[in-house]
Amino acid sequence: MNATSPLYELKDLSKRYTRGKETVTIFDALDMTINTGDFIAIMGPSGSGKTTLLNLLGGIDRPSSGEVLFEGQRIDNLSQGKLAKWRAANAGFIFQFYNLMPTLTAAQNVELPLLLTSLSGKARKDRVKTALEIVGMGERARHRPGQLSGGQQQRVAIARAIVADPKVLLADEPTGDLDRTTADEILETLQLLNAEMGKTIIMVTHDPAAASHAKRELHLNKGRFEEKGKA
Amino acid sequence: MLKQTTAVTLLNLRSIPQRWGMSLTTVLSIALVVGVLLGFMAMASGFRATVDGAGSDDVAIMLRGGAMAEMNSNISRDEVRLLEVAPGIAASPEGEPLISSELYVVADGIRRASQTPANLALRGLGLHGPDMRPQFDLVEGRMFEPGSAELVVGESVQREFEGFALGDSVRLGNNNWTVVGVFSTGGSVFDSEIWTELGVVQNLYQRGSSVQTVRARLTSPDAIEALREYVENEPRLNLEVLSERAYFARSAGGTTNLIMFLGWPLAIAMAIGALAGAWNAMYASVDARTRELATLRAIGFGGFPAFIAAMVEAIVLAFFGGLVGAVATWILFDGVSASTLGSGFTQIVFAFAVTPDAVVQGVILAMIVGFLGGFVPAMRAARIPLLAVHAD
Ligand SMILES: Nc1ncnc2c1ncn2[C@@H]1O[C@H](COP(=O)(O)OP(=O)(O)OP(=O)(O)O)[C@@H](O)[C@H]1O
Ligand SMILES: [Mg+2]
Repeated sequence: MNATSPLYELKDLSKRYTRGKETVTIFDALDMTINTGDFIAIMGPSGSGKTTLLNLLGGIDRPSSGEVLFEGQRIDNLSQGKLAKWRAANAGFIFQFYNLMPTLTAAQNVELPLLLTSLSGKARKDRVKTALEIVGMGERARHRPGQLSGGQQQRVAIARAIVADPKVLLADEPTGDLDRTTADEILETLQLLNAEMGKTIIMVTHDPAAASHAKRELHLNKGRFEEKGKA
Repeated sequence: MLKQTTAVTLLNLRSIPQRWGMSLTTVLSIALVVGVLLGFMAMASGFRATVDGAGSDDVAIMLRGGAMAEMNSNISRDEVRLLEVAPGIAASPEGEPLISSELYVVADGIRRASQTPANLALRGLGLHGPDMRPQFDLVEGRMFEPGSAELVVGESVQREFEGFALGDSVRLGNNNWTVVGVFSTGGSVFDSEIWTELGVVQNLYQRGSSVQTVRARLTSPDAIEALREYVENEPRLNLEVLSERAYFARSAGGTTNLIMFLGWPLAIAMAIGALAGAWNAMYASVDARTRELATLRAIGFGGFPAFIAAMVEAIVLAFFGGLVGAVATWILFDGVSASTLGSGFTQIVFAFAVTPDAVVQGVILAMIVGFLGGFVPAMRAARIPLLAVHAD
């Protein structure tokens, strides 16, 4: 697969919520292509549907109508079980509040996605070690989330997202809870993963400074995308 | 799937200390249920053991037909004479038939522990009376003299009631008595009695020459058939012939059933309370981990491991509750003596017995509570919406 083949294609995608008698349309008839190797920042006002879109791309929510194609295959109509397998194989999630398991060490947290694979215990340990080293947390493998700073926890969460070698990383406000310096470090790590390891990254953010780390910025407004060109 | 389930289960169990308040409440409420159930079961089995120990197969007891209990029975001197020549009855070395005519009345005692009055059985028996109790042993003093107001008291009486030390003068009814001996019958119901000679009770309590029961030592347990046939074929005798074991089993059955009859419903009512508690605790547990569970699902874990993990948590908590309840009951109650009204409104002193069987039943009850209390919350754990990954 070459660097510009489409990873995602969204076709005529709509998402509506019904609240009582009222129907709220988040987006309607959306078409979009995301190429392999891209690093996209999705921006937009609060409530514009950024998280909703990310959920649809990550297979943790389903569209009201339209199609989500991943590598040419529809994922929006997969059964729950198949979708779970798809997520395990293809998507790594990074959340604003890290979503680490507080009772597990950094290494145990990172190992979780590997429990869904057939890798041996030894192979899992190796992969966990490598993933933690990539995000610069090799020294903190035995720490629990409570013993780590926010930035360090987010690094562990990134290690967890990449450990099973997914094709796409989906990050919702990954730096929303961090100070500028720490945020920049995290964003540099994401850039590195994109540039060196070829991970396609789709990141939702409010923060223009964060968005500037991406290759492409998309503004979501009233159910429509506007592309901001990047130098 | 096994790896997933194990991982989620361990994750879940590890996080129990974070919810220790709720978890501890669950454990303790289940412990209480099991404690109450085992308390009743211990009481019932202790009572049964005491009463069973009292009955011999080779002692026959004869009562007025339809009397059911000694207290309601009445046998005349003439009937006793007819029984003395009945077949199947063993003889003493002197050639006398081993028969004891007995009559008991209710006397007042003061319980040591509570300082409250309670009924005691004062039994008048024939000279062969002790021969009817195979484990009879005079542990202190001597036997009573026929015709004198002397008492020998059972060990339990001496332990549980005031004023029955050897040599003590005791007022029972309108008379003064002297305690001249202490006996044991190996922990049976008779240990809760006071004995004197039959004639003395008949005199002092104006009972004429009648008795309530006749006990006879049989040549063998099978000899009861010959005795029964003789009694049935003798028109002047309207008596029921029972082995002493059968007699006690009949009277104990009621009490044991009564204890269990009270115990189980109480335990079940409390179990329903504990179930609500367990349910609540498990809901709280699942709620507290909503975001964690949704995150696992997002990573690709299934719902089934979350269900199993929650069930295991509930059952583990319940199991510990059951264990705590059982151990506490054991420590508090096993071997502790208690007394209850025996047949004839006298006190029977018996020891609580926490049997392994009861412990198993208690722990099973606990685990059923855990299973039922955990089921719906576990279903909820399995169905947490993926979108809860964004929950705060
Ligand atoms: N489960 C739901 N039921 C009804 N409405 C919903 C639901 N989830 C989201 N919405 C609505 O959809 C809209 C888009 O929500 P979304 O979370 O995608 O916005 P967002 O762009 O991520 O906002 P923010 O920047 O505040 O995170 C909002 O108006 C929200 O209220
Ligand atoms: Mg959002």
